[in-house]
Amino acid sequence: MYSRTYKAFVSAPPLLWVGLFLLLPYALMFAHSFWEVRDGVLVHQWNLDNYKKLFTNPVYLEVLLRTVRIAGSVMVCALLLGYPLAYFLSFHTRARKELLYQLVIVPLWVSYLVRGYAWKTILGSDGVLNGFLHYLHITREPVSFLLYSPFAVVLTLTHIYTPFVFLPIYASLEHIPRPLVEASHDLGAGPFSTFFRVILPLSMPGLLAGATFAFVLSLGDFLAPLLVGGPSSTMIANIVQSLFGAAYDWPLGSAISVCILLLIVSLLFLTERLEKRWSFK
Amino acid sequence: MSSASPTPGLPANAEIPLLEVRGVAKSFGPREVLKSISLNIATGEFLTLLGESGSGKTTLLRLIAGFEEPSDGEIWMSGERLDTLPPYQRRVNTVFQNYALFPHLKVRENVAYGLQVKGTPKTETAERVVHALAMVKMTEFASARPAQLSGGQQQRVALARALVNRPQLLLLDEPLSALDANLRKQMQSELKALQREIGITFLFVTHDQDEAMALSDRIALLRDGALEQVATPREIYARPATAYTAEFIGQTNLLRGEIRGGIASCGALRWPLDDSDGAAQFSLRPEAIRLSPDGARQISEVKFRGTIRQQLYSGASEVLEVDCGVGQILRVRVAACGPMSGQHEFVYSITDAIRVHG
Amino acid sequence: MTRQSQTRRPTLLAIYAALVLAFIYLPIAVLVVYSFNRDGVGGFPPRDFTLDWYRQLFADGSLWDSVLSSLLVAAGAVALALVLGLLAALALDRADFPGKSLFRRLVLLPLILPGIITGLSLLMFVSIANLQLSLLTVFLGHGTALISVATTELFAGLQKMDRAQEEASLDLGATPWQTFWRVTLPNLKLSLIAAVLLIFTLSMDEIAVTFFLIGRDNTLPLEIWGRLRRGITPEINAISTLIFAVSVALLVIWYRIRTRGLGSEAQQLMENP
Repeated sequence: MYSRTYKAFVSAPPLLWVGLFLLLPYALMFAHSFWEVRDGVLVHQWNLDNYKKLFTNPVYLEVLLRTVRIAGSVMVCALLLGYPLAYFLSFHTRARKELLYQLVIVPLWVSYLVRGYAWKTILGSDGVLNGFLHYLHITREPVSFLLYSPFAVVLTLTHIYTPFVFLPIYASLEHIPRPLVEASHDLGAGPFSTFFRVILPLSMPGLLAGATFAFVLSLGDFLAPLLVGGPSSTMIANIVQSLFGAAYDWPLGSAISVCILLLIVSLLFLTERLEKRWSFK
Repeated sequence: MSSASPTPGLPANAEIPLLEVRGVAKSFGPREVLKSISLNIATGEFLTLLGESGSGKTTLLRLIAGFEEPSDGEIWMSGERLDTLPPYQRRVNTVFQNYALFPHLKVRENVAYGLQVKGTPKTETAERVVHALAMVKMTEFASARPAQLSGGQQQRVALARALVNRPQLLLLDEPLSALDANLRKQMQSELKALQREIGITFLFVTHDQDEAMALSDRIALLRDGALEQVATPREIYARPATAYTAEFIGQTNLLRGEIRGGIASCGALRWPLDDSDGAAQFSLRPEAIRLSPDGARQISEVKFRGTIRQQLYSGASEVLEVDCGVGQILRVRVAACGPMSGQHEFVYSITDAIRVHG
Repeated sequence: MTRQSQTRRPTLLAIYAALVLAFIYLPIAVLVVYSFNRDGVGGFPPRDFTLDWYRQLFADGSLWDSVLSSLLVAAGAVALALVLGLLAALALDRADFPGKSLFRRLVLLPLILPGIITGLSLLMFVSIANLQLSLLTVFLGHGTALISVATTELFAGLQKMDRAQEEASLDLGATPWQTFWRVTLPNLKLSLIAAVLLIFTLSMDEIAVTFFLIGRDNTLPLEIWGRLRRGITPEINAISTLIFAVSVALLVIWYRIRTRGLGSEAQQLMENP
């Protein structure tokens, strides 16, 4: 039905743009990772030094591990918060379902920065939480470990990504035909059993999508550590950021970025395979 | 109007009924879907809930299955209270209208589900699953997934999945409505044979009266949330209690008239009837009327003359639309007789004009 | 004897769900409340209601300059991403060419990749191309990154569309170009509006990519970021509250448009699940 000119006309511009402004830049980053900086100047000398540095430097490895830990914690916490909420909304509300759904979505539209800033004001030594605890005479001294710690980073990122995790899980749950739940009850499975045997397996695609999203975006986050993390919570993206800033070493920064990119792409690949396995419904 | 006996159509000395529906009513908000239903189901019988959409038949089924709770009344099974139990504690299983097979499980896993959930030992489960699949002739599909099966095949699996649990009562919610005509007829026959063979009590819901008549030991006709009549198929056909029943089940001529001084008169028809004076309605089946070429009639018969207005041929028989004058048109079913027209004499037995109410 | 129909609602789960919702809204509530607090962002309980911070906000020139910059970039990003996203969606829906699946992944990559990677690679591109960092580079970054959002939304809309309508249009004598304007686009109305709102909001809030492409003129998020580095003032609470209010307003408008656009039947379906 569509002529070749039509197809060429719609394909060419986005292809060209994406090739020029996405593919090329990523390729540039890839290329940069093989170059080096000598005496503050970028030199196009092809070598693998940057990668060697990355894998042998204990500081980098420690930060990478910490980043993975934080990202993993965020993923788990966001799932623990988002899944039950989605399940409750999907299966146990009727009249107010749409309204509650909108309520969950609204915070998504609130700026990342705004939310990070809010936690900063809550968790600080003279923040709201400490003031609250002091007011109720629960503490006498302000609790100082809340802010500027990995805990604060995990807390902030969990808060930001819980609605993101909620969305695909809710969509998946809504797709489960209700007669299946009735059939499970009919055959003798109570609500608990039905959840683990029927609902959870059928919601896997949404769960995987949400979990991946939370993990991957937390992995590459550099703002939360700067806002609420303090020096003890430096994540791998902060290192990259400084290498492109004050510590001027674009090749090394590119190498780390390439590694992050490869890690993420393989994760996405893995999740895609898993999602396919869990969804020939 | 309900019959006096709780199990009309069955001998009075039948054993304690398997299922007792006592004055069950159900409303959804302001909408009254079921209005005080009382019904007993005997062990081993094939009872059909028949009715139009909106008659409440599916709601009653769901109440027995446990997916809804009655607004009023009680349900008892085998002498114990049923309606206070959640569905997963009832010895009742359901075959759903759209089968509701678990898409993420293979056929044999679907069938095994009810057994696994109760912790049945693996060997026993495997045995019973094999047996159940053989019973519905789906053995070769044991490792397939529901998405790979046709509608008829899915329906068999749904049946096996329910039966393998040996429920005391099997509920079937219009299980054949999604199948095409030929497959449907075939499945009807298989279902009936299956029920006879295993002896489990079947409660079947349908809006198709042919299906109900072919399959059931008894039919419970529902109308607007109330029981219209409960009887065996033969009885409900030959002696409909109300005009609605007479018209819903099979075809009929509904004669409206009155009884005065021992004579029933409806339009052009007149016959002696020993009943009190007043308005009356009668159901007269088309096949009860026959041509009477020589005009003779017996004492117990009614004769009338009419003009054939239309002839509707349908293979083995045909229906003649006969104008009796005074605006009364009767349908007469005769064996195939070739084109006919003009005035003819017709005759029917007085006892075939069944008085109906409502 | 009448019994109420019980809904077997698990109370523990309901409480947990309510707590999760409370957790999600807590920081926002704190933010809003303290924007009216005379004593600033910390301590408890808040007292001395004041509008001073809002007055300070409205007098803050450089902040509003950054708002203007953000709006310019967002408008540009919407235009760019929408046009290219629409073409990409059409291409994915209707055309087949070698490398199509690679193209699809590439287009959708910025959605899932952390912004820093997209931002840095664009930075390298910009430096090689010898471009000055400015609002233009920011606009390029946003537009490119947000094509993925437009594509996703519009592709979904195309899939839902009834093909027969386009065929009918061609059958009646319209050219493909006319068919596009008279049939395809109107059918995509809802998706287009959704995409516009989404791209606009995401662009206004974008930090990660912007961080590396910013020149002399700040966008709003980066202006706020800069001030945060220097010290906290409740003025930021005030602007945050305003941003929140605007976001909610946009969401309500979107909801209205969506239900009206679907017609009364669908609206009834949505209200009586």
